[in-house]
Amino acid sequence: MYEPSSALKGKQAVFEAHPENAAVKALADLATDAKYDRAELTITVARENIVAACRAIQQAGYVFFEDATAVDWYPSEPRFQVTYHILSFAMKQRVRLVVRLDSESASLDSITDVWPSANFYEREIFDLFGIHFGGHPNLTRIMMPADWKGHPLRKDYPVEGYR
Amino acid sequence: MASTVTELTGRAAIDPGIDDVIANSAQNRQNEPPRDQTMIINMGPQHPSTHGVLRLVIEVDGETIVGLAPDIGYLHTGIEKTCEAKFYQQVVPLTDRIDYLCPMTNNLAYCLAVEKLLGLEIPERAQYLRVLFNELTRIQSHLVWLGTHAMDIGALTVFLYCFREREQLLRIFEAVSGQRMMTSYVRVGGLSLEPPRDLYATIRTFLKEFPAHIDEYEGLLQTNPIWMNRLKGVGYLSPEDAIALGVTGPPLRASGVDFDVRRDMPYSGYEKFQFNVPTSTIGDVWARYIVRMQEFRESVKICLQALDGLPEGRITADAPKIILPNREEMKTQMESLIHHFKIVTEGFGVPAGEVCSSVEAPHGMMNYYVVSDGTAKPYRVHMRNPGFATLQALETMCKGRLLADVVAVIGSIDIVLGEIDR
Repeated sequence: MYEPSSALKGKQAVFEAHPENAAVKALADLATDAKYDRAELTITVARENIVAACRAIQQAGYVFFEDATAVDWYPSEPRFQVTYHILSFAMKQRVRLVVRLDSESASLDSITDVWPSANFYEREIFDLFGIHFGGHPNLTRIMMPADWKGHPLRKDYPVEGYR
Repeated sequence: MASTVTELTGRAAIDPGIDDVIANSAQNRQNEPPRDQTMIINMGPQHPSTHGVLRLVIEVDGETIVGLAPDIGYLHTGIEKTCEAKFYQQVVPLTDRIDYLCPMTNNLAYCLAVEKLLGLEIPERAQYLRVLFNELTRIQSHLVWLGTHAMDIGALTVFLYCFREREQLLRIFEAVSGQRMMTSYVRVGGLSLEPPRDLYATIRTFLKEFPAHIDEYEGLLQTNPIWMNRLKGVGYLSPEDAIALGVTGPPLRASGVDFDVRRDMPYSGYEKFQFNVPTSTIGDVWARYIVRMQEFRESVKICLQALDGLPEGRITADAPKIILPNREEMKTQMESLIHHFKIVTEGFGVPAGEVCSSVEAPHGMMNYYVVSDGTAKPYRVHMRNPGFATLQALETMCKGRLLADVVAVIGSIDIVLGEIDR
């Protein structure tokens, strides 16, 4: 069974335990927080650094963008967590990048310049969470109809019944 | 405010797809034909060769494609939202319905994520059976791909042959889980039932006969001049584009990138099996056909190894507070009855955290990202389905080719709209 004490939390603890990890080396300056839990590495970066962080780990060998999604931690703040999963074919490991956003300013830069495959995923987050991506080539709704009101995956949007 | 949807005006208000196409084609085209020479064609959502409810807005100059934009969401049912309102064990039947051609793979990907959150050890027998049924699911899914792909090109006979073999596989799934398609066979902590004892002989008979059937399909297609002309050189995708556009699975390997989750990041005991990962460097529709035909044979090999090496033992982990007891125990033992009642009414708590599990589905890499807040219901479930990302590469594969090639390319990426729209 899972032991919560086995998780490493905090930038210093993770970076000292895994100094050889390519993502740890590449993001030494940009990371604000880190977690190593259940053999998965999570690195938090500030919202203004997301494009720089993506470029840095792309250089470090994490060439394949897998997916991006968001988690709504309503009502606590910062409300939104945008999660990116990036994979390295050569090292056979993935890294999870996390950006936290306040509900007041739910927007960050698009990473479609680094990985064009982020296009649909950012449109999906925009559609279902209402998070805005600056610099996205075509930020329109992808799942819901164009005239839909509201963002269904937000926690204050009911699962059933009237909105 | 950024979170509101932009008001659409003019032509885009009538049809939001058209402006996407014009913006895209203007960006990407080298020798732009004058605007009055091109025409916009709508394909789908009720089109027989889009394999569901895919809508494509295509801009053509004569018969040459200069722009293409997929319009998806017609099958969006909000499964990710529904998951947040269910107990962990109640999500399993929902995952069947995402990609209805590979239910076992979906079940497995979700269960692996929850088991990782819980830190459960799965018995070896359950792992082998999971591998066995996953590979049978892969054969079943590829049979639907081959049948419909050939039918789109005009070879109708192959479809009937493929569905003849698929019927045998669906009967095997029915025997093991009670359902032909929505199996929900893989459960958190193991499997739902021990397979019937005479089923192994049925599977062995199928595996023994199946290689001859593959030869039969190849006899119908491989040297058929129409099939070769429609497939060779069509829908080229370079390895750089494949990586940049998020393509996974057989299309990625057909473009020359040698990556398979089963071999490179093994799950559920795949490291114990010997198999090859077929690749090709040609990168066109023909290469994807060749790669999938070879995957048939590799899957047969893995299934036989799983049957030969199948160990004895339990099919569920030893965790009575998470896994439902079997009916006999539940009706004879007090403890089991209590556990049964607790699991059904309250679910089971999962330690807080976030995990990502990934498996090699028949269509490509499938990831489940599950976030837990410590309660009995998942806080967030996100599925990375291969088709969603692969669809972004459709324009690159079709641009500059003829309109008729779109059908061949859609067939070659093996599209299932259920997994794309979720």
